[in-house]
Amino acid sequence: MSVPHALLALLSEGPKYGLRLQNEFEARTGEVWPLNVGQVYTTLQRLERDELVEADDGEGERSRKRYRITAAGALELDQWLRTPPELVPPPRDELVIKVLVALRVPGTDVHEILQMHRRHVIEVMQRYTQVKAAAGEGDVALALVADAELFRLEAIVRWLDAADVRLKQLPAAAPVTTADLAPVPTPPTEVLR
Amino acid sequence: MTSALELRHVSKTYGSGPSEVNALREVDLAVERGELVAVMGPSGSGKSTLLTIAGSLEEPTSGQVLVDGVDLGSFSRSDRAKMRRRSIGYVFQDFNLLPGLTALENVTLPLELDGVRAKAARSAGLAALDELDVAERAERYPDELSGGERQRVAIARAIVGERELLLADEPTGALDSVNGEAVMRLLRTATQRDVAGVVVTHEAHLASWADRVVFIRDGHVVDQTSAVPGPESLLAASDR
Repeated sequence: MSVPHALLALLSEGPKYGLRLQNEFEARTGEVWPLNVGQVYTTLQRLERDELVEADDGEGERSRKRYRITAAGALELDQWLRTPPELVPPPRDELVIKVLVALRVPGTDVHEILQMHRRHVIEVMQRYTQVKAAAGEGDVALALVADAELFRLEAIVRWLDAADVRLKQLPAAAPVTTADLAPVPTPPTEVLR
Repeated sequence: MTSALELRHVSKTYGSGPSEVNALREVDLAVERGELVAVMGPSGSGKSTLLTIAGSLEEPTSGQVLVDGVDLGSFSRSDRAKMRRRSIGYVFQDFNLLPGLTALENVTLPLELDGVRAKAARSAGLAALDELDVAERAERYPDELSGGERQRVAIARAIVGERELLLADEPTGALDSVNGEAVMRLLRTATQRDVAGVVVTHEAHLASWADRVVFIRDGHVVDQTSAVPGPESLLAASDR
């Protein structure tokens, strides 16, 4: 989550005080991403230094300063909205590694390991769904934030399901050995870039 | 406390000899009133069989099915059919509303088939439609209703009268994820009025609407989620 761009977006609606920016940020992300006020002011200072926002002629405390977006800030925000996010997977997916390792540990039931992780992921999904259910259908911002997490988590469940089916199809007479498995692959980051 | 639905050591076998298929093996499951349980599992794991047996549409090969503490095995075929009409509501994948009947007539049909007088059935039907916020569409025909309204009418039909058990097999079918979620939201609301609900789904984001998710593999219940902590635990986790 880019806090600087989120603050620029909030300021694009009109000048605001730091404390209000913090409240609006949390409200619009369904309070799923808490932001402390210190982070807000540090970010505003950086944005001010880069001339993306400007403060009213500030006298006294930072909490009394009101910030507005500059033309350069508006341009930066527009460019950020149109730039595709980094979709490259993390260099090492811990869950994938755990499952690959489980295949090599004698006496380990890989299906049980897969199920344990599936249950855990679905329990986390239930919590996000509870947040959504409690908020009601009208809270679109919260629904969008919760959906992003839910679909990311659901992708993990789908991977676990596929792993389950693939491993079940392995011939029972030929247990997996270290030699059968390729080393943990490195994602083709360079290719994606 | 007596569970609204209880399966005790339920097994179901189809065929015999080399073609024998064990669809369910020694399944134990209890669902309480006010609880929505999702059943998840891969294709052929036995989840739909579990639902048809829970709804007494099929009989188990062995084991017991109890609805509100009463063993369905002790019922005659006709008593079982009567109990099914009175106590169990089904939600189908395509909602199965009868096109020649109004929304209200669709909802009251199971009651009238059960011998409830027209006036009483009408009043129960309107109450169910009202609970699903579609009472004002009572006299409309299915083709005059939006997709969302048809979902609501189908769920009203499943909870009308004194239904204690609501069963749904992949009720979101080919709906997109937002409309699928709307169905789950309604099922959750429906069960919160002291009805026990069981929904079969293979989609995790829909199963996550349930109070409990039961995992089935090769006819066995292999695992289930524990009680869901409140959403505040999630916020605390993301603050780290």
